[in-house]
Amino acid sequence: MTASGRPAARPRSPVREFVTPEGVDLRLRIGEAGERAAAFVLDIVFLVLTLVAFTIAVAIAGFGFLFSRRQELAEFTAVVWTLGSFLLTNAYFIVFELSARAATPGKRIMGLRVAARDGGRLTAEAVFARNAMREIEILLPLRFIVASAVAIVDPISGWLVLLGLGWSFAFALFPLFNADRLRIGDLVAGTWVVKAPRERLAADLLGAAEAGQDRFAFSVEQASAYGIKELYVLEDVLRQRDARSLTAVADRIRAKIGWTRGEGETDLAFLSAYYAALRGRLEARLLFGHRRRDKFDMG
Amino acid sequence: MTAPAVADLRLKSQRFRAEREADWRRLETLLRKAEGGSPAKLTEEELLAIPVLYRATLSALSVARATALDHRLIEYLESLSSRAYFFVYGARASLRERFALFFAETWPDAVKKLWRESLVSFAVLFGAAAAGYLLVARDSGWFDAFVGDGMAAGRDPTATTKFLHDTLYAGPDHRGGLAILASTIFTNNASVAIFAFALGFAFCLPTLFLLIQNGLALGAFFALYASRGLAFQLGGWLLIHGATELFAIVLGGAAGLKIGWSVIFPGEKTRLEAASAAGRSAAAVLAGVVVMLVFAGLLEGFARQLITNDLVRYAIAAATLTVWLGYFYLPRQPRRGP
Repeated sequence: MTASGRPAARPRSPVREFVTPEGVDLRLRIGEAGERAAAFVLDIVFLVLTLVAFTIAVAIAGFGFLFSRRQELAEFTAVVWTLGSFLLTNAYFIVFELSARAATPGKRIMGLRVAARDGGRLTAEAVFARNAMREIEILLPLRFIVASAVAIVDPISGWLVLLGLGWSFAFALFPLFNADRLRIGDLVAGTWVVKAPRERLAADLLGAAEAGQDRFAFSVEQASAYGIKELYVLEDVLRQRDARSLTAVADRIRAKIGWTRGEGETDLAFLSAYYAALRGRLEARLLFGHRRRDKFDMG
Repeated sequence: MTAPAVADLRLKSQRFRAEREADWRRLETLLRKAEGGSPAKLTEEELLAIPVLYRATLSALSVARATALDHRLIEYLESLSSRAYFFVYGARASLRERFALFFAETWPDAVKKLWRESLVSFAVLFGAAAAGYLLVARDSGWFDAFVGDGMAAGRDPTATTKFLHDTLYAGPDHRGGLAILASTIFTNNASVAIFAFALGFAFCLPTLFLLIQNGLALGAFFALYASRGLAFQLGGWLLIHGATELFAIVLGGAAGLKIGWSVIFPGEKTRLEAASAAGRSAAAVLAGVVVMLVFAGLLEGFARQLITNDLVRYAIAAATLTVWLGYFYLPRQPRRGP
């Protein structure tokens, strides 16, 4: 039954092997290009808003000092603005990525974090390197776009600008051309951006199935009709509790295992009970070394 | 909600979960506390508990993968283990310790290792300066080619000697403007340094171009001032901050070259490994370059405007250069410990 067997490693899979020093593979998922882009846009929005608020505050203070004829203090606010805006734009990404969650606010919202590709510590140098590279990923294309708006009247420099634009977009769009979605900064710093989901521990479905278990006595053959793949599908259906899919799935399973519907038997109760039976059967076989992938897998 | 007694549970995976769930929840609470704000909020006991709970969770994950078929549970354990992993193996040094380590070790070590690239970068910058000097000295028409109008600000071959002389000694109208000057100079230079570093990735060429461009302008200015007998004075005016700033530019260029070189010639490593190894050490150099530029901005904004004696200017230049060279290249005692 090779036809039903999944290939061992799918090239498009977002799951990456990441073995801890204890020898356990954490199976990290890399952040998708869309999530990365969304996180970046969010960060830019936050950054611009902060910068605008900072500028307004400094401007109010500066004009206040000017009108009260305190020249030195007005000049001091100018210095504060120059250094503050430089610090804000350059340190925003670095400081947040050096924090315990290794993610900017945008990445936090998208459930992402930065990690060292080799599994080691995320060092300050790496964070600095990956963010210094934004210069050629973001600012360089921007400069060429501005330049192209200026040079549009002059055909020769226009062509040069077009060339530069293409060249710089190769940097900006770099993450789209590799499987790990590394941008130039990730490449140079030896980092990558992985998903950091904060899963909640969902209730065990078996707990719900305990009540009224006795009405359903499945035979071994009936409890062996499916494999792990179908078990997971059944789990999802039970968790979503959509009435139509419950009915559809319950009917399919009844037909397959030849179960006659009893008096007052609800689809939910039937499926819960069957889930418990199927999982019990599959786990029992798992303990003996048989991992039955799906219903076609006859071991 | 009452949990059923462990003995009542039918499946092994159920019992497995019931026995360990409390530990997982405790780890989750501790991690939320640690990630939320400062790890300093955790008590010592809690800090010690995290690695223990982490290892327990990790082994639970292995067991769950092998024996349990509740895939929500496995996903939960994967996410919890990853979060704990990043905390346990993450950097726990405080910001102050990190700064101390950076200035005591990371930065000078990284600069020292970059000596070859630094020499190349130095040679390119000053080679270009020499070329710019010779070309402009022979034909002042080259001046406009090397120095943009905005940069020249009237200091071109048509300017009078008196005007050129005054640019070297006249400060701004009032002393209060110096802080603004210093901060503007710093932010401008720091942006250029970071840009030059990033450009190094494109196979060194843009970094070299930037170095050559700056060197040519430097040489052109020297030729112009030398033609009026002001070379010595220009030297003092330039070097008082230039000893620091040009050093920083050389190091920034070297950091860019290092990255570009490792991408072209990765040696025995893969190109990706070579780039990230080079990138990290070059980034340490660059972070230091920004610090150097703070000093250069202060020297340029304040010291140069306030000190108009040539010899004092040269003395300050020599002192700063000695300090930097000694700090970076003098052998030091190896640190004890791991």
